[in-house]
Amino acid sequence: MSELRGRLASWDTVIIGVTVAVLIAATAGVENFGNGTNFTFLILDLLPIALIALPMTMIVITGEIDLSVASTLGLTSAIMGDLWNRGLTIEMIIPLCVLIGALLGAVNGVLINRLGLPSLAVTIGTLALYRGLALVVLGDAAVADFPWAFTGWVTGTIGGGPIPNVLIVLVVLAVIFGVVLHATPFGRSLFAIGANDQAARFSGVDVARTKFWLYVVSGAIAGLAGVLWTLRYSSARADNGAGLELAVVAAVLLGGVSIFGGRGSLWGVLSGVLLLAVLQNALRLQDVSGQALNIVTGVLLIASVLLPNIITGVRDSLHRRRLRAVPVKSS
Amino acid sequence: MRIHTTRALAVATASLLTLGIAACGGTSKGDDDGAAGPASTASADPNAAIKEGLKIAFLPKQLNNPYSDVLAGGGEVAVGELKGEYKLVGPNDAAASSQVSYINTLIQQQQDVIGIAANDPNAVCPSLQQARQAGIKIVSFDSDASKDCRDVFINQATTQGIGESLAKMANELAGGEGEIAILSATPNATNQNAWIKVVEEELKKPENSKLKLVKTVYGNDEDQKSFQEAQGLLQSYPNLKVIVSPTTVGIAAAARYVSSSNYKGKVAITGLGLPNQMREYVKDGTVSKFALWVPSDIGYLAAYAGAALASGQITGAQGEKFTAGKLGEYTIAADGEIVLGPPTEFTAQNIDQFDF
Repeated sequence: MSELRGRLASWDTVIIGVTVAVLIAATAGVENFGNGTNFTFLILDLLPIALIALPMTMIVITGEIDLSVASTLGLTSAIMGDLWNRGLTIEMIIPLCVLIGALLGAVNGVLINRLGLPSLAVTIGTLALYRGLALVVLGDAAVADFPWAFTGWVTGTIGGGPIPNVLIVLVVLAVIFGVVLHATPFGRSLFAIGANDQAARFSGVDVARTKFWLYVVSGAIAGLAGVLWTLRYSSARADNGAGLELAVVAAVLLGGVSIFGGRGSLWGVLSGVLLLAVLQNALRLQDVSGQALNIVTGVLLIASVLLPNIITGVRDSLHRRRLRAVPVKSS
Repeated sequence: MRIHTTRALAVATASLLTLGIAACGGTSKGDDDGAAGPASTASADPNAAIKEGLKIAFLPKQLNNPYSDVLAGGGEVAVGELKGEYKLVGPNDAAASSQVSYINTLIQQQQDVIGIAANDPNAVCPSLQQARQAGIKIVSFDSDASKDCRDVFINQATTQGIGESLAKMANELAGGEGEIAILSATPNATNQNAWIKVVEEELKKPENSKLKLVKTVYGNDEDQKSFQEAQGLLQSYPNLKVIVSPTTVGIAAAARYVSSSNYKGKVAITGLGLPNQMREYVKDGTVSKFALWVPSDIGYLAAYAGAALASGQITGAQGEKFTAGKLGEYTIAADGEIVLGPPTEFTAQNIDQFDF
């Protein structure tokens, strides 16, 4: 019973409910929202955010952050364009780019875990560094002549229906990340690290190594997102994905992951991503301006940080009052 | 410990494997690629009436940019004349891919025409293709999209047209003979150099044979450097009759120097400038004429071209003609290009009609 109450009150359940409600409202109330083509566009728009949010969820649960993801995406995209210009085959370039992403993530991992630097500082540094390197690799040029077989696959849908091909990639990875986070000892050790890394260390978790691999995976996924971004827009550019890290962090927090670590679920985060994307899409269909969209995102983000704290605060004070009430009655 | 590492590695390799599905064979740059835009099969009917109530949307590079606002403003006037529905949408940033979701939204809203100044000629291409498949006509303006992704491109002016206009103004202001100099932006500014090359070609023509280009200097598009370069020119060439500055920063700085010196009335300044920046020097007599395309006319022409496309008057093929309201008749050039025309000359008589 008390477990059920805890579950009902937890923020990720709230956000899943809100997302479903907004989806229904938008389908019913917004012209052109509920059709197949719009569904395809919606998924294509949220794909890079959703992908990067998967490892970001794990990282934030351990109490850390990775702000370099969008720059990793941009650098991967720039390298992809450069390698393509140099005549490598696209089949070689794609896995190579994912590996390069992993390598960039490993740089973060080493700096954070071998040198013990705070992840916020390190990844703000590599945010600037990787974006700078991207400009060195490609300058302000754009590489565009990627093969149709690949760009067409990324923008295409399964059998010409509403379901975009890339949704397969997202679903497969989401299932893998979901199982790893919520159904394995490794996943539980992430929550343990976020709740109290000393305690986790004493109970046998290699905190430094775990975090190192999280950054490697985060980089690899950002590299993959860079590949898919480049193919979707048929455009390798150094400025691709600029500012995307904020959208990812917003979705993760909105999805109920505590910025202090130790709490959150992948399902909450995925509905956070969906909620932001649906709101943006629906408001845009209603001709709401970009500035207003930013305001909506900002308000949601603040609410997602504030409301869980208010809920906890109210619950605690109710609990305290009940405790206080008990001795009065008995005396 | 080891099991943790293994699992983390598994996640990383899984992402690699997912990609492996697509990776078979080998495709590299230059391989023949089957990508093809939808071929235009429509035929034009020059006598078709312009439809009323056309939904015409403008998607500039970025909203809240003064230049974009003026462009789109011209479009709004034209859509009003055409009795259509005007809409202005756009991203807050000029990133390459930000425009794509706006194009997608416009497809959903079943617009008839999208006028776009592309941030990246290729990034917007797949979406524009989708829009065209949905029957939407695409007019690019100011900054072109790849030519197989749009129906027509409104070009503000050709390099040739601007160069000729600069040479013509220099000739008129020098009275047909004498020394002229050029104050440009940077030595490697592509636009400026192309225009200057045309000016040099024009000076070889018989009607300009008595004009002598003594020097080209560069003010780096900085106000103070341009001011000093103008000063230097006048000191080195006491017989100089005209300074031609094909950049808005340079012409304003040169005009400011001359208006406050004793060269006022002896040396003419001309080139490409903004009416609001030059008004004071036109009024005080320092500058008698200069030129620039009228930005609002670009949007105006784009809206008329879009309406002509959506009404079936034109298809975007070379040689087709249509009428664009107050601007008159236009003919489509190669690759769907429509040139606004020679730059507009601004003088004391007409400058007060322009506010940009």
